[in-house]
Amino acid sequence: MNALLIKNGRLLDPASGRDETTSILLQDGRVACFGAEADSQAGDADVIDAKGLLVAPGFIDIHTHLREPGREDKETIYTGTRAAAAGGYTTVCPIPNTDPVIDTQTGLKFVLSRAESDAVVNVMPFAAVTRGQKGEEIVEFGDLVYYGARGFTDDGHPIMNSEIMRRALEYSAMFDVPILDHCEDAALADGGSMHEGHVSTKLGLKGIPAVAESLQVARDVELAAFTGGHIHIMHVSKEVSLHHVRAGKARGVKVTCEVTPHHLTLTDDELADFNTCAKVNPCLGASDDREALIEALLNGTIDCIATDHAPHTDIEKDQPITDAPFGMIGLETAFAVLYTELVLPGRVPLELIIEKMTSAPAKVLHFEPRGTLAPGAPADVVLIDLDRKWEVTRDGFLSKSKNSPYVGRQLQGGIEATIVGGRVVYRDGRIVV
Amino acid sequence: MQTPPSAPLSSAPNVFARKHLLGLEDLTAEEITTILDNAVGMKDVFTRDVKKVPTLRGKTVCNLFFENSTRTRTSFEIAAKRLSADVVNFNVSTSSVTKGESLLDTARTIQAMHVDMVVMRHNCPGTPKLLSERLDMAVINAGDGAHEHPTQGLLDTFTIREKKGRIEGLKVAIVGDIRHSRVARSNIWALRKLGARVALVGPSTLVQREFEGLGCEIHHNLKEGIADADVINILRIQLERQRKNLFPSIREYRLLYGITRERLKYAKPDVLIMHPGPINRGVEISQEVADGPRSAITEQVTNGIAVRMAVLYLLSLNT
Repeated sequence: MNALLIKNGRLLDPASGRDETTSILLQDGRVACFGAEADSQAGDADVIDAKGLLVAPGFIDIHTHLREPGREDKETIYTGTRAAAAGGYTTVCPIPNTDPVIDTQTGLKFVLSRAESDAVVNVMPFAAVTRGQKGEEIVEFGDLVYYGARGFTDDGHPIMNSEIMRRALEYSAMFDVPILDHCEDAALADGGSMHEGHVSTKLGLKGIPAVAESLQVARDVELAAFTGGHIHIMHVSKEVSLHHVRAGKARGVKVTCEVTPHHLTLTDDELADFNTCAKVNPCLGASDDREALIEALLNGTIDCIATDHAPHTDIEKDQPITDAPFGMIGLETAFAVLYTELVLPGRVPLELIIEKMTSAPAKVLHFEPRGTLAPGAPADVVLIDLDRKWEVTRDGFLSKSKNSPYVGRQLQGGIEATIVGGRVVYRDGRIVV
Repeated sequence: MQTPPSAPLSSAPNVFARKHLLGLEDLTAEEITTILDNAVGMKDVFTRDVKKVPTLRGKTVCNLFFENSTRTRTSFEIAAKRLSADVVNFNVSTSSVTKGESLLDTARTIQAMHVDMVVMRHNCPGTPKLLSERLDMAVINAGDGAHEHPTQGLLDTFTIREKKGRIEGLKVAIVGDIRHSRVARSNIWALRKLGARVALVGPSTLVQREFEGLGCEIHHNLKEGIADADVINILRIQLERQRKNLFPSIREYRLLYGITRERLKYAKPDVLIMHPGPINRGVEISQEVADGPRSAITEQVTNGIAVRMAVLYLLSLNT
């Protein structure tokens, strides 16, 4: 029998409403029981004394670029899942914009078999919506769902053709899987490097107007309403987009959305010194956008938090800003960034942040009972020291890439241990499997 | 005479402590004034018989231009030579850049040749800053995309000060494609820091509202924009922008924003006409205005040498 008793910790599980200092017993990869029952049934179980620590469901990231196959110089399933574990994540959903694109059973099986051998956290892959992410022909949704695709996205190459999006939403609805869309009108965004606003005007950089995102959000909400399909808006980043999500939800449209830690905590001011590590798509918005995103997280317009962990090499980021690729890594800083910038200043309650990183993303993708510490749920757990202060350093990342705009920042909130299926995979700053 | 020009700085070298000139946004009003004051002395140097001083003897200046430019490159070359520096031109079209070498590797190669100062032009904003952070050479921005062209901003400000005797309190109208103009941005920074009013004039597609955040007035009506102006600085309109539908035709642009003699009556009677060149005669500026008595266009070119000499000299104090 494989058993682990975590005792004396503050157990915070938003989905079950539990917030108390108690014991939790993990047995055979599942949550077994709590409190005195856990203590008495522990027997010869391994014990972790979590005194002073927060015990929460492991985080679930539904937007992770693991880059394998194709760009193993940026990240692999091996390194990316280790970065995830270091950030307290127990489940990640790799994005299929790899080389080749994951758009067939063969590609999907490669990712799953590589995950089987190399990953230290759960890997729940997505597949592309269209073959080669070319936006022309839809993939074999039925076959891919059967072999384990948990969602479909052309992230990286947004679907411009509304007819294709209509058919994808219609067809995917049969299998009850979401289409996850990176909303960006290609013509409006063409050639832009950052948010169109005060900073881009000052720097003379071509901007991407907020309407490039909101226009596609509005379209997608309308198409989801029309087809009955489930549209998930990835990394919503601008205030104007939120109106369409809110209105869609009010009408009963199956629309969900995610927000990233960086859009919740940074603005286009980060680009004022031409920092290519702050060049990300969708671009960091104005402070009004950031405020609106925080409000939308609080009022439920935004369903969950996802990292859009997007590793790039130094070679690619050490270029003129218009040449450098979009994207930043995020798995290893997500919780501490949110805790430091939103929870400690009193903007967002801790339990809401935990919910939006655990049960909320699980609900979007039907991963339940993952994302909660209920009896019988998978034993995916994170232990957090809320008092630990640390500095983000390039050398500290387990990710293969270092492209983080948070390097040099002092953060509070350290991941002490990450437990996947009852097995400790990360503890005291290192991978232990 | 072979002595360095009398510079106000020589007694207080710490007034200008910079190694690089990346843009005018970073400079204080005092630093800008220091450069302009030094340029006065430099202009004396090359308007006499022997146009050369030994100030930068033994220093090597490299013109590293990733965009075609004859005027600015030549101006920098003459400025450096009048200070006795050795000047080399790194021609990008025949270099390894076309073989896929990265910008930083190109710059490292030049540094390894013991170049002291790099004068750089690139179509991407921020590239001079990138080089200045990674290399030991002094970097002078000779234009980075639509971001800044600091020596042009300085020479325009120098010309205005020379003709008007001051900057503070003047109204300067900049007419044209402000959105894509590094010249406009560098002018805005210098003029605002020295206390001028800056009015930006052009179609709404080329003069966006966000420029108000830089302390400028925005006008889409030419008559209102140049009303009571002491200076009109006219920018070149590029046909390429028409192809992107930022304005419908050269004809309409000329009708709405072309500066003609009749339209000058809206400005002050002694209005100064400037243009960074190269000019499209008969498009953004009429023949008679370009060649008229109020035009300082050729004087700007001359002043460009003086200002660039001052910049090279001041930066060399900290190199």
